[in-house]
Amino acid sequence: MGLSLTIAVFSSFIVFSILLVFIKNKWKGLIAIAAILVNSLISSWLAIRAITGSIFTTHLFAGPVFGDIAIRIDALSGWFILMINFAVITGILYGSRYMKTFEKRTSDITLHYICYILNHLAMIAIFCVQHALAFLCAWELMALSSFMLVIFEHGKIGTLKAGINYFIQSHISVLFLTIAFIWVSSKTGSYDFKAIGGYAAGLKPALGFLLFLCFFTGFAIKAGFVPFHTWLPRAHAAGPSHVSGIMSGVVIKLGIYGILRILLLIKVDDLLVGYTILILSAISGLYGVMLAIIQHNLKKLLAYHSIENIGIIGLGIGLGCIGLGLNNPLLSFVGFAGALIHTINHSLYKPLLFYSAGTVYQATHTQDIDQLGGIIRKMPHTAGLFLTGALGICGLPPLNGFISEFLIFTGLLIGIATGPASAGILLATILFSMALIGGLAMLCFTKAFGIIFLGTPRHEDHVPAGEAGWFRLFPQYLIVLPMLLIGIFPGIFIRLITPAISLFTGPGQTPAISAEVVGTMQTIGLSGAGFLLLCVLIFLAKKRITSGKSPKISPTWACGYSAPTPRLQYTGSSFVRTYRKLISPLLMMNKSEGNISEVFPRPIHSHTNPYDKLEAGLIDAPVRFLRKFMNLFDFLQNGSEQAYILYGVVFIIAVVSIPVIISAVIYLIGI
Amino acid sequence: MGIPVFLLIVFPSLFFAGIILRTKSICSGRKGPSISQPLRDIWRLFQKSAVYSETASFVFQIAPAVYFATLLLAIALIPLGGRSGLISFKGDFVFFAALLSLGKFFNIIAALDTGSSLEGMGASREALYSMLAEPAFLITMASLALMTGHYSFHGIFGALRYGSSLSLAAGALAVFVLIIICLIENSRLPIDDPATHLELTMVHEVMILDNSGFDLGLISLAGSLKFAMYGALISNIIIPHGLAWFYIIPVFLALQISLAMLVGMIESFMARFRLNHNPQYIFTLTSISLLIFLGALIISGKIN
Repeated sequence: MGLSLTIAVFSSFIVFSILLVFIKNKWKGLIAIAAILVNSLISSWLAIRAITGSIFTTHLFAGPVFGDIAIRIDALSGWFILMINFAVITGILYGSRYMKTFEKRTSDITLHYICYILNHLAMIAIFCVQHALAFLCAWELMALSSFMLVIFEHGKIGTLKAGINYFIQSHISVLFLTIAFIWVSSKTGSYDFKAIGGYAAGLKPALGFLLFLCFFTGFAIKAGFVPFHTWLPRAHAAGPSHVSGIMSGVVIKLGIYGILRILLLIKVDDLLVGYTILILSAISGLYGVMLAIIQHNLKKLLAYHSIENIGIIGLGIGLGCIGLGLNNPLLSFVGFAGALIHTINHSLYKPLLFYSAGTVYQATHTQDIDQLGGIIRKMPHTAGLFLTGALGICGLPPLNGFISEFLIFTGLLIGIATGPASAGILLATILFSMALIGGLAMLCFTKAFGIIFLGTPRHEDHVPAGEAGWFRLFPQYLIVLPMLLIGIFPGIFIRLITPAISLFTGPGQTPAISAEVVGTMQTIGLSGAGFLLLCVLIFLAKKRITSGKSPKISPTWACGYSAPTPRLQYTGSSFVRTYRKLISPLLMMNKSEGNISEVFPRPIHSHTNPYDKLEAGLIDAPVRFLRKFMNLFDFLQNGSEQAYILYGVVFIIAVVSIPVIISAVIYLIGI
Repeated sequence: MGIPVFLLIVFPSLFFAGIILRTKSICSGRKGPSISQPLRDIWRLFQKSAVYSETASFVFQIAPAVYFATLLLAIALIPLGGRSGLISFKGDFVFFAALLSLGKFFNIIAALDTGSSLEGMGASREALYSMLAEPAFLITMASLALMTGHYSFHGIFGALRYGSSLSLAAGALAVFVLIIICLIENSRLPIDDPATHLELTMVHEVMILDNSGFDLGLISLAGSLKFAMYGALISNIIIPHGLAWFYIIPVFLALQISLAMLVGMIESFMARFRLNHNPQYIFTLTSISLLIFLGALIISGKIN
């Protein structure tokens, strides 16, 4: 069955790709949707079977180099496949409308859609194959296709730069993974993932941890943990909005999947791993949101929030590991459940936010938050959708974000109460950061929503003409549905996800713990539903009581000032100014400001440009140093062909003579 | 079971604002209005028609209802005197904090909805202050959870015992932290002066400049509810375990009244801080909550 399925998927890809090349531009979007749907149906069927208990395993013989490729879909892979399928479907539904703007660029559009389908296939393959070489191939395919997706607007220099930055960093990730895989396969002679577990079990603890770190670093670069995050805000801001949504919502989750998979395979000291992940995640969470707040560019703001959310997911994973290490099954269940559900949650609201940001961008032609304003009057649906996403990402009830954050908070409390003092002190610090992250996220999204959608337009050039079409709103409403469902029926959802969690926590006590957690979550879901009801009741009561009195509409009270202009409004920068001043030592704001001079001063401009301090220290400074060092050798690159031929001759002589000289020396010493 | 507790917290809250006002009047040598005057004001507001800003959207119209609903639900979580609230589950204080954040979220965006620069200013401050105050509340509650080994309001307050001087100190500090958080969340002195007339220095008052009629009434009522809510939390820490219900009710009422009088006294005898000193002041709370945490670690025998 494995072979026939693979053939079916590949042949459908080829058929659809050929169709995409030859068909009219108008129909390309539909063909792409059809292709994605076909692939999603096949993979979702396998995934749902895996989640409900029948694990899909098969072997595929792929020639002498690869050997037998093991394909295994367990509950973990199943959930990840379902998650990416949903995001990719909404992405293409939205994207096929988004790309209408670029309909004239035939070849670009064709390439874009083919890469989109390829990216989807590669991601499914990553979740299915458990064979090092095939995994690396799929990983590379995913990296390349998403690079092509990001640089769609390759006419812009910034986009190309961001794309190349992403390209290089994702290959550093590949480098780490390759080293780790080669390490294992050179010792065991097998490419199967099972060999990794077997090999790691026989290693010394320190070496095992090193192997784990090697994998972890590779996957952490993909996931965007600080300090491996610098590619993320650039790449996510550069691509078309549906690509940003997919990249942020699911592509970075491949890193999370990798980390989870490796945790299943390599059994090292759980506490050490847990603490490492926990500390790194807390830093990622805080740093991500701290930088998100000061961004002027909406998509960059959202991208930095992805780093924050990856941090929260990491906190869940870390708690789960600590639970394993402390032999506390409840803690490990709650931790891994929080991580998995937050992964799914983030794959819902982040694309939603990016899609609505894309709608705003196409309607106003700017991503600068401070130029926008009052969009809610022209685009109420988009505003409502963005607000829903914002409430979700801030972890507020009754939406889904709260469910996963609640689980992680519960995990922290359990860890503090039951762990030893050292764990308690660390976890209290994490609790502090978690609470701070929540507050900062609220600051960030009240800024984003309030400044962009509310108030009056801040610039006359950036006023939208009207609401986006229903084709564009439909996929976004489609995302709101599971967000609400998870928020209001979290119990059912946790029951469904229990098989995946029990892979980590072991099948023993998990069902009983799951039942206990489900009970609590049921109450939360009910309270959330009750809350919605209460809101509606109060609103209806208000309508009823004030029904006889028609409200008056008048200008906003400006405290007596009679000629307020839109420019008097608070901007995004002024909204977060106090915050920026508070944490200024941690930030890097490049500011250029003119001075007021002369008796009748000319107009002056103040320009701020937020930059990443870690990037300046960890990426820019070494690169600068490397350049300086390399410049010492620029005399070699002198442009004369004779010199280049000489280098070749020198190289050949060196290749031949160095071994001869070495063996001569050995011979002489030997005497 | 939960409904009497809920009503017991909600009902006295109606007079909270009145008691504060009366205390302030007496302290400044005036007779002052009766304690039901704010209630009568709210009743009058409920009957008035509203004026909406031409800039405002649906957000502005639903925000007060959402804010009010979050407070009602938050109060439903609070137990009293060994009886659980309407809703109780493990980790309900996290839900409590999230509900309050939700209410604030809507308040802030409603303020930004009017497009007024002054309201934006207030909104910015509110967002910052609540961000700084949130860790203190959660760490305090986590410490109490560590002390008692329970994870819900009901469990924690039911199991809180003051056997040693250390636990007494932790309890006292927790009360202190909660009182300060209560003042911050309600935008009272020394963070924010509700009686000021200068919009530039307001926090909460400037955010609701454009609210009128029913909405303004709802927001004023919510303010009283918020006081009572924190008052109830504080009472839970103070009221000794195992008290019969006919003692609990008068003790609870007395505590609520004394909290209101305390707020009135603070407002009479203290000046407002400079706005740029507020963040440090609020952040100090977190270090106090860490002290409680340290105490909890010792009490639970993890360090000695």
